[in-house]
Amino acid sequence: MFDLTGKTALVTGASGGIGGAVARALHARGAAVVLSGTRRDALDALAADLGSRAWAVPCNLSDADAVNALVGEAESAAGTGLDILVNNAGLTRDGLAMRMKDEEWSAVLDVNLTAAFRLSRAAMKGMMKRRWGRIISITSIVGVTGNPGQANYAASKAGLIGMSKSLAGEVAPRGITVNCVAPGFITSAMTDALSDDQKSRLLGAIPAGAMGTGDDIAAAVVYLASMEAGYVTGQTLHVNGGMAMI
Amino acid sequence: MSDVAERVKKIVVEHLGVDEAKVTENASFIDDLGADSLDTVELVMAFEEEFQCEIPDDAAEKILTVKDAIEFINANAK
Repeated sequence: MFDLTGKTALVTGASGGIGGAVARALHARGAAVVLSGTRRDALDALAADLGSRAWAVPCNLSDADAVNALVGEAESAAGTGLDILVNNAGLTRDGLAMRMKDEEWSAVLDVNLTAAFRLSRAAMKGMMKRRWGRIISITSIVGVTGNPGQANYAASKAGLIGMSKSLAGEVAPRGITVNCVAPGFITSAMTDALSDDQKSRLLGAIPAGAMGTGDDIAAAVVYLASMEAGYVTGQTLHVNGGMAMI
Repeated sequence: MSDVAERVKKIVVEHLGVDEAKVTENASFIDDLGADSLDTVELVMAFEEEFQCEIPDDAAEKILTVKDAIEFINANAK
C-alpha cells in the first residue's frame, strides 16, 4: 500500500522541519522529489542525503514570477511531469491585530496562501492532461480554531482550506484530488520560538500529552498522495493528538 | 484552412467523445457538444499544444464554437 514509485512530487518549504520530513517520507515510498525552499544549503544537504530521485530547486515564494516559474523548473529538474504538489512553506509574523502592520499581514498571506494558489494553478494543467494528480496543502489547526496574535497566519491557513475545497470540486472529474493536512502542535523551528510557559500551557491542552513530529504530518501526506486515497478529496485531515476534534 | 479545420475537429472529437458528424463549424462546445467549463479549458490547452500557439485567457473566453477556434488559430498560429 501507499507505493509512490514513478510519481514526482514538489515540496515547498523542504528546508524546514515538517517539509523535510514530508520529502523524506514521499521519497521513501518511491517518489522522485523536488525540494524547494529559500535555504539553498539545507536543500542541497537534503538532496544529497536522499541520493537519487531528489533535486533542490530554491524559490522565493514572495516573488510572483519566481512562483509562477517553479512548477516548470521542477518538471525540468525531474525530467517528468509533476504528479504531487505539497504546499508546505509557511511563515509567521505574529502580533495583536491592533498592532499588525499591513506588511505583516500581506507577507504571510503572500507566501502561505497566494503562492499555494499560484503553484496549484500551474500544477493542475499537467495533472489534468495526465488525468492524475494530488495537491496537498499543509494548513494548521489555527486555520479552523483561530489563535489570538495570529490573525494573518490563521486567515492564510483558513484560506488554504477554502481554496482546496473549491479546487477539489473543479478538478475531481480529472482524477485530481485536493486536500489539506492540519497539524496541531508540532515540534519545528516555528514552535521552538514559543516560550516555555506557552509550551506547557499548550501541552496541557493536548489529550495525547505530547507534541507531534514532522513524521506524524508526513504520514498523513503520504496517505493523501497515494493511489489508495483517490476517493478522498476536499478534506482536511487533522493531525493534532486530539487537541481539537473537528 | 481546411487542414486547421480538420485538426481542430479531430481534437474536439477526441476530447469530448462526440460523433464527428456533430462537430460542424457552428457547433457550440457547451450548448451543442455537451462540454462543461472544465472541458473548454482542456480544449484550449489541446489547441495550444497542437498548433504551438498561446491562447490568452481573454481570447479563450471568446472561443465558444468550432468556428471560433479555427478562426483564432488561423489568425494566430505560426
